[in-house]
Amino acid sequence: MARLKTLVRNERGVPPLRGGHSLCQGCGVPLVVRTVLSSIRTPVVVVNATGCLEVATTRYPTTAWNVPWIHVAFENAAAVASGIEAAGKALQRRNALGADEEITVVTFAGDGGTYDIGLQALSGALERGHRFVFVCYDNEAYMNTGVQRSGATPFGASTTTSPAGLDSFGKAQKRKDMTAIVIGHHIPYVAQAVASHWHDLSVKVERAAAADGPAFLNVLTDCPVGWGHEPRLAGEVLDSAVETHFWPLYDVDRGKYRLSYVPERQQPIEKWLECQIRFAHLLRPEGRPLVDAIQAQIDEDWGDLLARCEPVAFGGQR
Amino acid sequence: MAELRLKDWRELAPGGAVVPAEAPRPYTGGWRTGLKPSVAIEGCVNCLLCWLHCPDSAIRLDGTVFAGFDYDFCKGCEICAAVCPVGVIEMVAEETELSENGARQ
Amino acid sequence: MRTLELLTGGAAVAQAMRQIDPDVVPVYPITPQTPIIQRFASYVANGVAHTELVDVESEHSAMSAAIGASLAGARTMTATSSQGLALMAEVVYIAASMRAPVVMALGNRALSGPINIHCDHSDSMLIRDSGVVQLFAENAQEAYDLTLIAPRLAEHPEVLLPVLVCLDGFTITHSAEPVALLPDGAVSEFVGEYEVPYAMLDLRNPSTHGPFAMPDYYYELRRAQTAAQEAVLGVFPALAGEFAVLSGRDYGLVEAYRLDDAERAIVALGSTAGTVKDVVDDLRDEGEPVGLLKIVAFRPFPALEAAAALEGVARVAVLDRADSPGGCPPLHAEVAAALYGSGAALEGHVYGLGGRDLHPGEIREVFAGAAPAYIGLRGEPWPV
Repeated sequence: MARLKTLVRNERGVPPLRGGHSLCQGCGVPLVVRTVLSSIRTPVVVVNATGCLEVATTRYPTTAWNVPWIHVAFENAAAVASGIEAAGKALQRRNALGADEEITVVTFAGDGGTYDIGLQALSGALERGHRFVFVCYDNEAYMNTGVQRSGATPFGASTTTSPAGLDSFGKAQKRKDMTAIVIGHHIPYVAQAVASHWHDLSVKVERAAAADGPAFLNVLTDCPVGWGHEPRLAGEVLDSAVETHFWPLYDVDRGKYRLSYVPERQQPIEKWLECQIRFAHLLRPEGRPLVDAIQAQIDEDWGDLLARCEPVAFGGQR
Repeated sequence: MAELRLKDWRELAPGGAVVPAEAPRPYTGGWRTGLKPSVAIEGCVNCLLCWLHCPDSAIRLDGTVFAGFDYDFCKGCEICAAVCPVGVIEMVAEETELSENGARQ
Repeated sequence: MRTLELLTGGAAVAQAMRQIDPDVVPVYPITPQTPIIQRFASYVANGVAHTELVDVESEHSAMSAAIGASLAGARTMTATSSQGLALMAEVVYIAASMRAPVVMALGNRALSGPINIHCDHSDSMLIRDSGVVQLFAENAQEAYDLTLIAPRLAEHPEVLLPVLVCLDGFTITHSAEPVALLPDGAVSEFVGEYEVPYAMLDLRNPSTHGPFAMPDYYYELRRAQTAAQEAVLGVFPALAGEFAVLSGRDYGLVEAYRLDDAERAIVALGSTAGTVKDVVDDLRDEGEPVGLLKIVAFRPFPALEAAAALEGVARVAVLDRADSPGGCPPLHAEVAAALYGSGAALEGHVYGLGGRDLHPGEIREVFAGAAPAYIGLRGEPWPV
C-alpha cells in the first residue's frame, strides 16, 4: 500500500529530478519519473534513452538529476542498463560495492525508444533476464523532435508525419500492443499503468522493483503540446483513456493476468477523442465510420483482456 | 541569477560528466507569463498531491508538510491548482504579495 | 618463467583476456572474431575467468552495454569485426566521447558489400575519426602483448578512451604461431585495479553522464577528447617500456625495420609488415638498400615518429589494405601529411581487399618501383 508520505520519505530530502530543467510548462513526464523513483526504496541508477526527458534535463553544463544518470543513445537504453546491471553483479561478487547496497537500475524511455528504435535492445535485455525496471513513458509519438508518429501512435491520430488532411484521416495503422509483446518474453513482471492513477502506478513500481528479473511498465503519459490540451486538464484526459477502456490498467505477475481497475461504467470512446486536438478531425461527420471502428476494436481488445484476467469486482483499486 | 562564465575546454570533466552539486541551475521561473500559484494555507490538508504532480519539483516541503512554492523554477502550468482536492491553490497575478509559504494574505 | 604455446591469434587474445579477467564482457559473434569469444566463454564456463559474460543480441548493444558497465565501475572488454563494427559505429564514437575505457579486439575484416569474411582494414578505417585508439598487431604474439597493454592505456587518467587491438582476420586470428605467455600473476600485477572518475555505482557522488550540448559547449567537449588521443603518444611508449621489462619485448608507436640506411621503404599495417620484413631481408642479402616502417599505433597517428624513422629515405611506398573511393587511401593520407615538405618521393598502393593475398613477388615489384596502383588486381595495370 503506497502513501504519498512514504514517497516523500523515500526521497530523503533530495528530489531525484529537480527543477531548473527545460521540459515544457505542464509536461506530463516528471509526474511519472517522481512516482516511479520515489516508490523505490533502494538507491537507483537511471538510464535514459534519447528523448524529451533526456534532452531537457541535461543540457551541458547543467543537470536536473540528483541520482546517478546516464544517457548513451536513442535505441540502446536497455543495452546500457544491461551493462550496468552486469557491472553491479561483477562488483558485488568481488566485494567492491558496500555489502548492504542494493541498487535498482531503472530505465526511462519514451515510446520511440521502446516500441520502435528501442525494441531490439529491449527484447534482448528481457530475454537475457537482467534485473532492472524498464519504464516506458508512452505519450504516443516522437514528441521531442516535433510530434512525429511512432508505433505507439493510435489509429486515427494526427501527427506531423501522419497529419489529418484532405486525403488523410491521420495515422492509418493501429498501434502496437507493446505490453503484449513484452508479456511474450515471459519476464517476471509486466504492467500497464497511467500517470493519473498515481497509487496504482506506485504499487506496480514496488512489484517491479521486487521482481527477480526484468520488469516492464508501460505508462500512458500526456503531452499537452502533442495531444493538444491544456496542461491542467491532464488528469481528466488521462482518466478518460482509462474510463473508455482505451488504456486498461492491468499487470501480469509471473504469468498471471490481473486487472487493476475496472471502470464502473465504460465511457464511449468519444470522451477520449474529444478532449485532444490530435483527434478533432475524427469528430466531424465524415469521421463516424472511423470512430465506430475504433470503438469496435477497443471493445474487442477489452473482451480479450477480460478473458485472460482473474475476475474482479467493478471499481477495483484506484 | 548571475551570468554564467563559459568554461575553457581544459576546465571540463572527462566525458562531459556533470556533478549535480556543482552544476548551475537555470532560472525557469522566468517562463511564467503573469500568473503564479498561491495558497489559502489554512485550508491545506497536506495531501501532497501538488508535490507529486508538479513537473518542476517546485512544491517545497518541510518534512511532509506543505511549505510553499519555489518560484525560481515554477513555470506557472497551473497543475497544482488543478489537482488540489480542497481547491486552496489559486493562480494570482505575479506582483501579488504573498507570505513565505505562498499563503495569500 | 616463460611459456611458449602454439596458439592462433584469436586464442592468444582470449588467453590475454583470461589473464586480465575483466568484470564484464558484452559480446556478439561475427567471423573471424568468433574463436576469441568462444574460447573466452569456455574459460568463463570453467571458472578460470570470473567475468559477467553478456551474450547480447547485436554489436550495437555490445558496445552500449560496454559503456554502461565501464562507466559504472567495471573493467570491460569486447570484440568484433567488419559489419559488427559498422553496426556499433554510432556507439563507438559515443564511447570515446564519454571516455569509456573499453578494450576491444578487432579481427580486421572487409566491410560489405559484397559480403566478405576475409581480411582487410576497411573496418578500422570506418571508425578512423571516432576518437578511439587503434593499435595494429603484426602476429599472434603482438596481438597477445598489445591486448595486455591495452587496459593500462585505456584506463590511464590522461587517456580514458576505448582502445582497439586490431589483428588481421584469418591471417592472425586463425593462424597458429608460437606465442610466449606471461605468468598469470605478472599480468594481474601489470594490469592492476580498475578505477574511473565519476563511477556511476559510486552512489555517494551521483553524476550525470552523456549530456546534451548546444553550440556553446560541443566544440570544447570534443577538443578535450582529442587531447586524450594526443596524450597516447606519450603514455603508450611509457607503458610499453614497463611491459618490456616484464616481457623482454619492445613496442613503440612505430617499428623501424632496417631503415637506417634505406633508400627505399614501404609503410604498412598489420600482418603484411611480417611479409615485407621477409622480402626486405632477401633484398638486403642482394645488396638492396630497402626497409620497412611498420605502423603500430594508427590512432593516434605518430606523425613525428614516422617522419623521423623515414628521414633520409628517398622513395616511400605506402601499402593500404583499404581504399577510399574518390579520395586518398587512409594510410597514404596520414603518411603524406607526416612527410609533407621532406622531399621524399611518395607513392601509394592499394592491395589485399577482401582477403586477396599479397605475395613476396609483388612486394619486390613495389621496391623496384614497378607495382601498379591496385596490386594483385586482375585487369591491372590498364591499359596493358
